[in-house]
Formats: sequence, C-alpha cells, structure tokens
Amino acid sequence: MSVISSYTPRRGRNVELVLLIAAVAIVMLAYVNVGLATSGTVPPALLALGGGYLGVAVAFHLVLRWRASYADPLMLPIVTLLNGLGLVMLHRLDLASDRSITEGVALRQLMWSALAVAIAAVVLVLLRDHRILRRYTYLAGAIGFFLLVLPLFPVIGTSIYGSRIWIQIGPFSFQPGELAKIALAIFFAGYLVQTRDALSVAGRKVLGLTLPRARDLGPILVAWLASLAVLVFERDLGSSLLFFGLFVAMLYVATERVSWIAIGLTLFGIGAYTAYLIFGHVQTRVLLWLDTFSPEALAASDQLAKGLMGMASGGMFGTGLGRGRPDITYFAESDFIIPSFGEEIGLIGLFAIVVLYGLLVERGLRTSLGTRDGFGKLLAAGLSFSLALQCFVVVGGVTRVIPLTGLTMPFLSSGGSSLLANWTLVAILLRISDHARRPLPEASGPSPVAEARTEVVKVR
Amino acid sequence: MLSEITLTLMRLGLLVLLWVFVFAVVGVLRGDLYGTRVKRRTAGAGKAARSAPAGVAPRPVARAANPERGGGRSGRAGRGRKGPTRLVVTAGPLSGTTLPLRPAGTLIGRSPECALVLDDDYVSGRHARIFQSDGGTWTVEDLRSTNGTFLGATRLTEPREVAVGSVLRIGQTVVELQR
Repeated sequence: MSVISSYTPRRGRNVELVLLIAAVAIVMLAYVNVGLATSGTVPPALLALGGGYLGVAVAFHLVLRWRASYADPLMLPIVTLLNGLGLVMLHRLDLASDRSITEGVALRQLMWSALAVAIAAVVLVLLRDHRILRRYTYLAGAIGFFLLVLPLFPVIGTSIYGSRIWIQIGPFSFQPGELAKIALAIFFAGYLVQTRDALSVAGRKVLGLTLPRARDLGPILVAWLASLAVLVFERDLGSSLLFFGLFVAMLYVATERVSWIAIGLTLFGIGAYTAYLIFGHVQTRVLLWLDTFSPEALAASDQLAKGLMGMASGGMFGTGLGRGRPDITYFAESDFIIPSFGEEIGLIGLFAIVVLYGLLVERGLRTSLGTRDGFGKLLAAGLSFSLALQCFVVVGGVTRVIPLTGLTMPFLSSGGSSLLANWTLVAILLRISDHARRPLPEASGPSPVAEARTEVVKVR
Repeated sequence: MLSEITLTLMRLGLLVLLWVFVFAVVGVLRGDLYGTRVKRRTAGAGKAARSAPAGVAPRPVARAANPERGGGRSGRAGRGRKGPTRLVVTAGPLSGTTLPLRPAGTLIGRSPECALVLDDDYVSGRHARIFQSDGGTWTVEDLRSTNGTFLGATRLTEPREVAVGSVLRIGQTVVELQR
C-alpha cells in the first residue's frame, strides 16, 4: 500500500548559491596553496581574482534566477569548480615555466572564461525554449559538418602537431570541432526524433538481436564515412571518435535497440583497424599506447611516459600544488592537464575531479529522463554523452586505457574554443533542465481558447 | 618548518574540501532521483487498508440512502459538487496505490509522463485521462487506447461522467475513484 504524489521540484537556487560560494572558496584555497608553495607568500591579487571569479559565477547564477529558475542547481557549481581548478593549474604551470602573468596562459584562460560565461548567459536569455532549436535541425547539421571540415580549407586551416583541426584568422586560432559537437547533437536529436520509428520498429531478429533493414542503415553509414573522413584528412582520432560515438549513442537512446551499438562498434572496429593498417600516425599512436616504455616508442614520443611518471610520483595524496614538476610533460596545460593534476593532488584529488565530471553527466542524463519532449530528451542525452565520451577519451588516453588522442578536457584544459563550447553546452542543458523540472501549469477553469470567439486571422 | 606544516595541512585540506564538495552535491541530488514520492505504509496498516477497497465500494450507496442532508437527490448533488479526490488501484500489480486527482487531468498509461504509470503490455502509452469538465463533473476519456478502458463492464467509446465509487479497468489494473 503506497501513496503516490507527484514530486514538487524545489528550485534549489539557494542551494546553488551556497555550493557556488563553496566552489569559489576551494578554488581560492588552491590558489593560495600554489602561491605559498612556490614563493612562500599569499598571492597579492588573491582577493581581486577570487572576487572577480565569484562575481562572474554569481552573475550567471542571477541570470538563472531570472530566466531559468527551475534549472538544475548542481551543474553551475560543478562547472565553476572545474573551471577554477583549471585556472589554478594553468597559473601554476605559468609559474613553472617563468611566464609573467600578462603573457601567461592563465590570464588568457581567465578572459576566455569570462567571455564563455557571458556567451552562455546570452544563450540562456535568448533561448527561451530549447524546442526552438528543433526548427533549425538541418541548418544545425549543415553548420556542424561545415565546422568539421573548416580546418581543411586552404587559407584559414592550419595544421598543428600533425592534426589539422585548427583555423587561424589573424592572431586568433580556433578549434571549430568543439562547436561542431553541439551543432551535430542538435542535428542528430532533431533528425532521430523524426525517423526513430522507422529505425526502431522494422527489422528481423537474428540471434536475439533485432537487426535493422538494410535501407535503414543509411544514416549510420553516412556518419561512419564522415567520421572516417575526419580521421583521414584531419588526422584527428579524437574528434572522429567523439563524433561517431555521439551518433551511435543517440541512435541507441532514440531506438532502444542494442543492435545499433553492435553495428556501431563493428563499423568502428573495421574503420579503426583499416586506419591502423594504412596510416603511419595511427600505428605510432598504437605503439605508444601498447608499448609506452619501449625504446622505439620513447624515440617517437616520451610524452605519455612522462605523464605516467608524473602521476606515479604524485601517488595517493599528490605532491601538493606547486610542489611537483608537471611542466616536464609537453602540453601539460592542454592535453596533459589530467596528469598535471594527478601529480599535484594525487589519486584522491584526481578521483574527486573524475567524480565531479560523473556528477555533471548524471545531471545531464537526469534532465534527459525528466524532460517531456522527445527532442529535449535526445538533445540532453546527446550533449551529456558527448561530455562523458570526451572525458573518457582524454583520461583513458593519458592513463593508457585507449590510444592517446588529441582532445581537450572540458573546462580544465587551456583553450578558448573548448571553454566557449562547453559553457554553451551547459547553458543548453540548464535550459532543458529548467523545462524538465518546472511543474506543469495547473489549468483552472476552462481554457481561454474554448471561450474565445472564432476570428478571422490575417496571416502576414 | 612552520610553512612546511602549513603546506601539508593546506594540501590535505584541499583534498578534504574537494570530497566534501562532492558529497554535498551527492546529498543534494539524492532527493531528486525519483520523479514521484512513494510513501509506504507499515505492514499492519497495509493489510488493514488492503481490505478497505472492498469495504469502501458500498459507501456511496450507504450515503445516498442516508437522509441526513435532506433527501437522496440533494445528497447526490452535493456529492457531485465535491466529487472524487483520489484514485485508488484496487487490483493489479500496483494494487493499493493511491494518487490524488488533479482537475487539469490525470493521465494513466505506460508512458513515464503519466501520473499513474502502469507497466503492463495491455496498456497503451497514453491510455486514459480523468479530468474535471466545465460543470465540475469528473469525466473519464479513453485516449484511443488499443485494448480499451472499461467503466464497470462497458467499454468506453466516448467521454463518460464518473463519480465516487466508479470502477475503471485498464489492462490488468482496476482503479476506483474515491473521495
């Protein structure tokens, strides 16, 4: 015997504010810790920087109160903490390589953070309802593919360290693949909401798996070929994996068919093995992954080995911020920021960070469960899955679970495009969660439509 | 030396604070894992209540016969104004479940968006709806379900008025409207 009453959601805005202050306090403690450990003094700009960061976060919080008061109260504090920890680590790496604060990575990252928060707030204010995005399904798809292939264009595309995933316009370099992630998630969600019935109902059963009809395989083959093209022409394993994984996961969420995952993994396996046989740079990656400490691998690159050694020297509790040597690894501030953290705050601290990402993804998936429209469900699931997959690819890459690929850790790594894209992603998730948690309006009396007289309405 | 101790304390304090933050977040989301609040009664009360629906059914009849409000007619009218307030599942897997009726409408079906979610192959995604129509009367409407909604023994073909004591059958589930 039980009584079911519908759950009245709490807005949780006050909880959010408290957690937000706690997050900024943790970031400030880490900043003081770096200052004391490296120069023995409390950094002079502590209050200004801490206050500024708190101000930015609280401003976003106020936008939430204003425009999305039922939005999830946990996403913003988690993201604020991750972004702040990334800033502290970048500052610490600046100190290690003797970059002054004006030419360092940290200040640039701080400005990008403020810009990213501002853009996220604008997205939240302008996007009153996420279902508007569904109208732009095919436009989003076109933009997504355009952004993916943008680095291949001759003048603006530049090849940095073998991967052609950057565009350079004047002094600004940008990684359009990060934004493509959001555009493609919108496209896939809009497309699959229309076609999922055909993709999930038809088919015959073989060995317990319901296989789709051959003609329904079209979309997955197109996505597969496109991701292979990214792999071949841009030489970027990470984006290719992220893009294809996102499509397969959303296909699975839309159709509830395990066979799509089996088909996706098989196609991915075939593609990856073929790429391994054909391309030298893929072979190098695999060699570095399987046999990191062999002489041949060390001759190719000792980056992964150095990262592993850094994490090993950190041990369980870490050397303490400012006390390790994470700067020895190349790209300690972007691809290898996870080993930097592993070295200085140890396994315990690193796991706290990983759990924070897990909680962020959980909030996204919870939003997806809670929201009532199919498009919102798919979009929230797709966006949070892309975040999860990106974390898996980065952390798995630096810990030798999978071959190392060049993706950035969301919110932690240095890089403006990544920050912009991920804050926007969180803004969209917040908008959907506001929609999901807002109680249904209780209609009182007959609706005004029933009483209104029929009128002739002039269309345009 | 002092600074070494300070640094160690800060280093460990940072780790502790990080985990405190994680657990604070987990504590907040714990209350949000389920969309509906299910209040279970104790075993003894449950047993007593389980027999209640059988005893509840004749109550409207007894009330109607009771001339305390000046005759059966006005009694029935008074009941119509007050109407049922909750839905009780009297048979089926969710037997014993109670949920409040909302004037805007209570959806019954297999889809998770429904107020009463029935996990039953004979139930359609959006199976039936109980709502208060303009005059304050409660109405049940079959939302073109595959296997139909039964009011008593008749299958619904159009929205029908219901009152306290009306029994609906949806798939393997029987629900009753109660005050």
